[in-house]
Amino acid sequence: MIVAERKPFEEIKDMLASFKKVFILGCDTCVAVCMAGGKKEVGVLASQLRMSYKQDGKDITIDEDTVERQCNKEYMERIIEKLQEYDVVVSMACGAGAQLLADLCEPTQILPGVNTRFIGMTPKDGHWVERCRACGNCVLGETGGICPVTVCAKGIMNGPCGGTDHGKCEVDKEKDCAWTLIYQRLDKMGKLDNIKQAFPPRNHAAQTNPASQVHEVYKGE
Amino acid sequence: MAVSFKNALKSGEFVITAEVGPPKGTDIEEMKQHIELLKDKVHGINMTDNQSSVMRLSSLVGCHIIKEMGGEPILQMTGRDRNRMALQSDLISAAVLGIENVLCLTGDHITMGDHKDAKPVHDLESVQILQAMKCLEAGKDLGGNALKGTPKFCAGAVVTPEADPIEPQLMKFEKKVKAGAEFFQTQAVYDLDNFKRFMDYAGKFDTKILAGIVLLVSAGMAKFMNKNVAGIFVPENLVSEMDSVSKADQLKKGVEIAGRMIRKLKEEKICHGVHIMAIGKEGVVPDILKEAGL
Repeated sequence: MIVAERKPFEEIKDMLASFKKVFILGCDTCVAVCMAGGKKEVGVLASQLRMSYKQDGKDITIDEDTVERQCNKEYMERIIEKLQEYDVVVSMACGAGAQLLADLCEPTQILPGVNTRFIGMTPKDGHWVERCRACGNCVLGETGGICPVTVCAKGIMNGPCGGTDHGKCEVDKEKDCAWTLIYQRLDKMGKLDNIKQAFPPRNHAAQTNPASQVHEVYKGE
Repeated sequence: MAVSFKNALKSGEFVITAEVGPPKGTDIEEMKQHIELLKDKVHGINMTDNQSSVMRLSSLVGCHIIKEMGGEPILQMTGRDRNRMALQSDLISAAVLGIENVLCLTGDHITMGDHKDAKPVHDLESVQILQAMKCLEAGKDLGGNALKGTPKFCAGAVVTPEADPIEPQLMKFEKKVKAGAEFFQTQAVYDLDNFKRFMDYAGKFDTKILAGIVLLVSAGMAKFMNKNVAGIFVPENLVSEMDSVSKADQLKKGVEIAGRMIRKLKEEKICHGVHIMAIGKEGVVPDILKEAGL
């Protein structure tokens, strides 16, 4: 899933300084799971803003709603017309959701309420770790299900760098060295041969942005 | 020295290399003094490549100056700051300038240095830079395009004999040998019994191993490296030996220890040579060599 973190309250309040009618739009998919921009977090931010403006003696309208998926047009149709009534819409979705919102709401101003961080997984409640860089050339089959492109700070392909120490990364001693993990897992699997041949330089063309794809069935539409 | 680094490696004589760091800025006087001091005493001088992720004069220009001064340069190339286009371009540029010795490294991470916000590249890592050199030598670039004039290199790489765990490191060492590394300069070694065990393994491969000798300048430095530097282990007896003399005499003691180690490595034919890193104290390298009887 996409992991995001909510922007600090003061930053959001500063961004909203010149607006009178504010709408906060959440997304109930990835950013809800990582507790950054789902229905609950939208409610918290709206309450924080209302209380803060009340203390400031300012009359600002704060309304809120959350759609199932802000990155999908189908889920956005019910809300778009209503958003035209507002000076600004704060998107609590990831950058993709916020951009679809901006496209659909034009010319209404859109502001991001979260910082989108990474594609990750949840090893335990409240913890998220990055596990995929969307490189477009998946090698998990060779590397024992551990991604060197993501888990190695340098994204290197042929074994640990000289900075690794006791299985930890040179960048952060709290983090594991991806290549030590890969080596140890493949050793357990009896598949070390997978990584004994040098991997060629990666194909970065697959990552040329903005990437796009069309399902076979929809080609030609 | 009259004989080239590559020929020295081939000849089977005990090979000595040392390291010079280029300056941050345009004042190259101190660097030139270090080159002058070393050029006739060692078989090759490594010029570091934005060492420790700190921006400096380029390794390529540093090597060119070594060459101009009559020394034998070893170009260090990391994959941190340049993609495959820039690396290949620098490699053929080096060849044009008569620089043939290249040490390939992955490079410290950008966050370890003085431009922490910069974009790390890592398009190629050490094994792939070695492969790129082989490719260029065969007359093609990594895009498969023919070159007009082909370079000739003497390719090298690094290995950490004290790495823990060692197995992933050795797997990578073998990949480097296969990718064409003709020589290795190791991370610092202090425990020669451990190093002998490493050489029992590494000596089986068709490549030359130069043991990394990092000059101890103080007991504090030894303790600091044990705690903070990956793959470096200074045994307790050496730390105590450094501590046994006054602070003012510790550099002299460090020179003595380095010299003693080099002498033993040579006399007992443990490896093919040494790579001396006297970081910030390049001036004492001749003293180390004297102490080693070289």
